[in-house]
Amino acid sequence: MIELTVNGTSHTVSSDPRRTLLDVLREDLKLTGTKYGCGEGACGACTVLLDGQPVVSCLVLIGEVQGRAVTTIEGLAAEDVLHPVQEALVAEGMQCGYCVPGMALLAAALLRQTPEPTDEEIVRWMGGSLCRCGGYRAVLRAIRRAVGPGANDEVQVK
Amino acid sequence: MTGDELTDRTVVAERHDRVAAPGHGLDSDRRAFLEQLGAGVLITFAGVAATGPERQHGTGRPIVARLHIGEDGMVTVMTGKVEVGQGSRAQLTQAAAEELGVAPSLVRMVMADTALTPDDGGTFGSQTTPRTVPAVRQAAATARRLLGAMACALWDVETDSVTVTDGVIVHAASDRSVTFAAMAQTGDLAQAVRRVTPEDVEAARVDQWKVMGETLPRPGMRDIVTGAHRYPSDIVRPGMLYGKVLRPPSYGARLLAIDLAPAAGMPEAIVVHDGDFVGCAAPNSWLAEQAVEAVGRTARWEEQAHPSSDELFGYLKDNASQGDVPRHVSDALAQADRQLEACYEISYIQHVPMEPRAAVAEWDGDRLTVWTGSQVPTRVQGELQEAFHLAEDQVRVIIPDTGGGFGGKHSGEAAVEAARLARATGCPVHLLWTRHEEFTWAYFRPAGVIELRGALDGNGHLAAYHCFNINSGGSGIQTPYEVPHHEATELESEPPLRQGSYRALAATANHFARESFMDELATAAGAEPLAFRRQHLPAGRLRDVLEAAAERFGWAERDTRRGDGIGFGLSCGTEKGSFVAACAEVFVDRQAGVIEVRQLTEAFECGAIINPPNLQAQVEGAIIQGLGGALSEAVTFENGRITNATLARYRVPRFPDVPPVEVVLVNRPDLESVGGGETPIVAVAPAIGNAVFDACGVRLRRMPMLGHVLRPT
Repeated sequence: MIELTVNGTSHTVSSDPRRTLLDVLREDLKLTGTKYGCGEGACGACTVLLDGQPVVSCLVLIGEVQGRAVTTIEGLAAEDVLHPVQEALVAEGMQCGYCVPGMALLAAALLRQTPEPTDEEIVRWMGGSLCRCGGYRAVLRAIRRAVGPGANDEVQVK
Repeated sequence: MTGDELTDRTVVAERHDRVAAPGHGLDSDRRAFLEQLGAGVLITFAGVAATGPERQHGTGRPIVARLHIGEDGMVTVMTGKVEVGQGSRAQLTQAAAEELGVAPSLVRMVMADTALTPDDGGTFGSQTTPRTVPAVRQAAATARRLLGAMACALWDVETDSVTVTDGVIVHAASDRSVTFAAMAQTGDLAQAVRRVTPEDVEAARVDQWKVMGETLPRPGMRDIVTGAHRYPSDIVRPGMLYGKVLRPPSYGARLLAIDLAPAAGMPEAIVVHDGDFVGCAAPNSWLAEQAVEAVGRTARWEEQAHPSSDELFGYLKDNASQGDVPRHVSDALAQADRQLEACYEISYIQHVPMEPRAAVAEWDGDRLTVWTGSQVPTRVQGELQEAFHLAEDQVRVIIPDTGGGFGGKHSGEAAVEAARLARATGCPVHLLWTRHEEFTWAYFRPAGVIELRGALDGNGHLAAYHCFNINSGGSGIQTPYEVPHHEATELESEPPLRQGSYRALAATANHFARESFMDELATAAGAEPLAFRRQHLPAGRLRDVLEAAAERFGWAERDTRRGDGIGFGLSCGTEKGSFVAACAEVFVDRQAGVIEVRQLTEAFECGAIINPPNLQAQVEGAIIQGLGGALSEAVTFENGRITNATLARYRVPRFPDVPPVEVVLVNRPDLESVGGGETPIVAVAPAIGNAVFDACGVRLRRMPMLGHVLRPT
């Protein structure tokens, strides 16, 4: 039996300790907001916060999570109030959106640590997260938007 | 209205709660509509379908759109199109809202559910904008006319004496109004239908657009950012098991024998063995994988010889449908003053959608429902029918908004596998392909060899141009330049890997070759690349985007930015009715083997723009995806095995790889809207290749253009 807290709620799961946190979240707890993308920690789609720190949950074994606290995308908003990063991603609009949960959690962790990151800091921090739709500039704009107003590129139509 | 009167544009209306149905326009599974939509008016719109060989509606015409106006005033549009991130949901919402005269928030799209939505062939080829948007607009405009006519009949006033605003029909002269919701609860629709002649109904002109042409963010974004949206891989059904499939060790390997005994000690895992298929379903995917691995260790396979990626281009040439017969050389080419030839090569690449193939299959007796990620729901339905010998109405395929496609999800492998496991276990089964499986057992963008010959006359003008494309396909193979003699031939070969569609497919390869070669010809003619293109392009849309890109990029002033290792290149092209041009600035360090894109400016024109930010996202996305194929992506294989089937080994563009990108959207409200998701990718690689040549004098003729080949030997 493994005890963990997910989004503030205590859970006890019966699982082989070698299974990944990602699989337990998705298959046992049916928290499907956390996405599978590669299983090798190379895409960031499965990013969650473990004791507040971003981790790729496909490389975290559930046995390591005993007694620890996990925040998934389902727990990023406070009740109905979206996190500023989520608000900004809605405003910016994304394409397929599959990378968004991981991106949002990673960006939220950045802003907690560095409330006003430079573009360079954003790009370096987000470097492990893939967006195959090529929405990187939209994510960058969204993070800037979450930091504060201004500095957003407008769509230019000739 | 009888069948004889049906035209290309036919509406059929019915009221759900009638027991006796009108004699036309009914669909086989009305119950599904009732359950999903509630009471209201259903309008079925038949006409010329978007793509593909569609199933025929009872009227003899394929259904292209269904539209339901609920008694709650909600408008539901049903379309066979899928949303894979390209923005179809927003654009089709805009189309319906515009023509019905309702707020977009009152429009709900039901997409790609074979029980509810018409089969319009699938989502590919940039067809949603030029074909489905007009169909939905026509259906919505007709519905608006129909409701207006009903109100006129109700009030006994002259037809067309009413206006519609925000879902309310108003007869100003008598100061009466009625909502769509109220209309959906009243009236005899069969009567009303006869009053409407669809041919008379015109969609709104561009200068009248209120919703189209404006920003509409992707509907459902809130669910995406909170994790509430259920992608195909997120579907959960009661009692659902998780599946894994045993894969062969290599392409073409045949299973000779396998012993299932090792799984006997895993009581929760159900192993299924049926011919070459071995899979397992268990309460979680780890258990299923353990069981598949255990039995897999006992498997004996017969493997096949298979060419490797090192010998790929020679292999494609050797196996070309014309063999090694010398290519045809026209007199025009042979007799020209100067001749040039070059051979370009295109590697296999993969789509790498963020969400790999996924499916959940559930049987109810001999009826099957599958949720899966595919761009062609009816093809998946057909594959399931064939695999399980089922009739069309026994198989329902539902495509939730999916995590990426890019042309890579036309097929239904995961759906069939999940359904096999579900049937054998008697439980719903969830199957999510691993990235490794996606990299190995999905399909690839075709590799190709493109042989080009060109000739210049005494004035340095193009005299002749020949293009032979071996294996990668014919789209974009025709040159848009004015050239007195032009030949383009597509040759088939024997592809070593399973290949299929991709964003812009062969147009990327053919544009890379042609636009690079145009620079080679310009160099031979002693001409500047932009001037050389202008010489051979008539005034028009392609020339317009070329000028727009060059102007925004500052092409004419580029020498002021020149420095060590810096080079500039441009390219242009047209595909699927839209036009694109790109300018690139690169920095090349030959010693380090580095090509760095410092700036990419692209101008794009696809007629009247329906949703500017969505188009911007598509163009930016195509540019970023294009960078991967241009600079880093290539599938490698040996002995029938993909040797870089992981994201660590197969480099797709990441955050730090994104250069400064500038997009110029050229709006042409006077022209029909066409799709914009594909064409913007084709100009990326040649602009970069031309810039590399400008920077260091080395012509790179293979995609991807790997920096290390620039290292002096």
